[in-house]
Amino acid sequence: MGLTGIFILSGLILVSIITISVIPSSTFQEWNNPEKWISYPKTSVPSWVNFLSSEKIPEHKIIDAEIFQSQENGIFFTSQQFGVIFEYDDFPSDFIFEMKTKYSDSHLIQIKVIRPDGITLELLSTSLPHSNSETIHNQRYFSTDSMMMKNLNLYKDDFQFDFLSDTTEIIFSELNENKIQKGDYIFIIDAYGVKEPLDVIESKMVLGGKAYGLMGTDELRRDLAIGLLWGTPLALFIGISVSIGSVVVGLVYGVYSGYKGKKTDEVMMRFNDVIYALPALPFLIILAVTISNSIFLMIGFLMIFSWVGIAKVSRSMSLQIKTRQYVEAAKIMGQKDSKIIFRHILPQLLPYAFASIAISVPAAITTEAGLSFLGLGDPSFPTWGQILHDANTYGAAAQGFWWWIVPPGILIAITGLAFVFIGNALDTIVNPKLKR
Amino acid sequence: MGLKRYLVTRGLTMFGVLMITLLLTISLVGSNMDTILKQGVIYQVRSEITENTTIAQGFNNPEEFEKFVQQKIDERVKTLGLDTPWYSPQRLGYTMYKILILDFGNATFLTSDSGSSNVGDIIFEKMPKTILLFTTATIIISIIGIVLGAASSNKIGSKTDRITSTFAVISSSFPVWWIGMLMIFVFAFMYQIFPARATPSIEPDDPGYILALLYHMALPVITIVLIGFGAWAYLVRNFMVGIMQEDFISAKKTIGISKKKIVYSHALRNAAPPIVTILALSLSGSLGGAIITEAVFDWPGMGRLYFEAISVMDLPVIIGSTYILTVLFLVSIFIADLLYGYFDPRVRTSS
Repeated sequence: MGLTGIFILSGLILVSIITISVIPSSTFQEWNNPEKWISYPKTSVPSWVNFLSSEKIPEHKIIDAEIFQSQENGIFFTSQQFGVIFEYDDFPSDFIFEMKTKYSDSHLIQIKVIRPDGITLELLSTSLPHSNSETIHNQRYFSTDSMMMKNLNLYKDDFQFDFLSDTTEIIFSELNENKIQKGDYIFIIDAYGVKEPLDVIESKMVLGGKAYGLMGTDELRRDLAIGLLWGTPLALFIGISVSIGSVVVGLVYGVYSGYKGKKTDEVMMRFNDVIYALPALPFLIILAVTISNSIFLMIGFLMIFSWVGIAKVSRSMSLQIKTRQYVEAAKIMGQKDSKIIFRHILPQLLPYAFASIAISVPAAITTEAGLSFLGLGDPSFPTWGQILHDANTYGAAAQGFWWWIVPPGILIAITGLAFVFIGNALDTIVNPKLKR
Repeated sequence: MGLKRYLVTRGLTMFGVLMITLLLTISLVGSNMDTILKQGVIYQVRSEITENTTIAQGFNNPEEFEKFVQQKIDERVKTLGLDTPWYSPQRLGYTMYKILILDFGNATFLTSDSGSSNVGDIIFEKMPKTILLFTTATIIISIIGIVLGAASSNKIGSKTDRITSTFAVISSSFPVWWIGMLMIFVFAFMYQIFPARATPSIEPDDPGYILALLYHMALPVITIVLIGFGAWAYLVRNFMVGIMQEDFISAKKTIGISKKKIVYSHALRNAAPPIVTILALSLSGSLGGAIITEAVFDWPGMGRLYFEAISVMDLPVIIGSTYILTVLFLVSIFIADLLYGYFDPRVRTSS
């Protein structure tokens, strides 16, 4: 059991390290910025679903351009090509070309597609807006452009079915019937200029599908894999710091109270009773609403309610230890109370402390997740509870977005389990010692 | 220490806790309450004056009129005692006294189903539903838990024992509300067996209401039981294992009483005090958890009321519900203490 726990925990720590070092932190800061996620698909299933079912759902693809440039007869020619291997059983929902270019004067633009059957379809002829000085221009071409539909209508005779208003259902279709044509497509954007070549700074094609990434996306087009990955270090941070903080406080408080005894003990234990009798969740909610929902303060609030039990146990343990002869000897020798507590009593409780740190982590993680689920979490951090809160507000259960609900909960449970396993294993090592 | 003295000290501690909770709640929301109350006064005075056109006509320039309005507002604030801050002794004392006698005032936004905005009415309308849901779930959990726990302590290391222990550890790692979301997803949308919202859609005075309520209660109860019974069984098992090692059990074994009889009648009876205590404690503990569970299932109880009050910052409702939740919590701790003292005389005699 203990080994399983350590195994899971090291896996989680590895994931956290990889996340922090590999994934750019901009993804985490801009988790709530819809602008960043605009080229992602809405609520799409994880792409590995395609391995499990016979019907292949079109994947959402973001394709970078290959750029070719040449000069002939004083005309500067720039070609951006996007290769698509399309092997799915449904039409893509749409496609968008996004390009950022630098030029002066103007450029003529021609967009076409070469299909697997060799037919070339001219999609759009247009030009970049004229400018006298050198400018940087952002341009988007949409498959829903009415000009594109008009151009496609010229090929009407080649296709043996009635055209619908959706361009992708023509471009990706067989000639004889309206069925997917699988194979390699090449989308080409040709640019012709007379003064100077077109400088392509950024260019990509977004092929809209219904499957994306390892974990799919949510209603706000966010890549859930990134949210779940960032949630791992956050959960570990919250859980471990709350449990270490509360165990340290509880241990010192309880040991001091037990060691001092008499009036001090009585007063300290009454205070302990008061905190114990406070209903934790309502108070956490009030604190989050009235003071702040910053994640660091939240850790502090969680600590307030979780040191009490540990203080009680460590008090009774220190009551036992203080009657031992070596402690009494130290007392008679005139050592200071603080020295006796820190040198002679606390070290005896260390094994218990480690066990209770491990055991109290899951409660901290689930409580934080619960608060986030109620919408009281720190909005600037994508925790698992936060993801589940969003899932609940957008009615993920009602619409069957299982990939939005299942993974965060399983991650919460797995993380909790790892610590419970480790804690239980430590407990069985610790307990026989205590019985002696 | 006699039982009487024990009761008195416990009772006094409880009362102290109650007062501290109340004080803490008021001090946390106090400054917000002041601003909200003052805004309410300003709004009220302004609407009274503007409705009465004759007053406005009596003034020539707007500055004078504004002065008059401000004066009226100040007067009203003073008569209501809002000119002193919430932490002034009179106001604090008055607020606490009002709450102690269960007069929570009127809610700012929320109303009860019958339309009353009295906080007391709202709370006492929701409370029975919470108690119904969580008591039912706790009773089912404890029955399953005791039976399973006794069975696995009967044969330690058996298949039942190992499955129970594993299930206990795993089930307690999942948040109840997440399982709730999954249950709604599976049993309300994928297979439409149970309703997704736990609030019955028919009126309370309809004869079929109780049946509808029970039907709507099924999914939350199943979820709470599913998450809870494993830990219970594990707890009961551990108590029983401890008792089975006692001398009197060994004596019974040597007499020749069958093991089954020892487990189910002698050991279980001796495990009763801690079990009953924990039953009372877990019942009160689940009340706090009710906030999230009820929010998920949309169950019309105290937890959802609390959540709604927080989201619109309805302060009187927040204060009232926190008070009632604390009272319920303390009463069950008190009962647990009493039961423990009753079952285990050692608690009373030594401190």
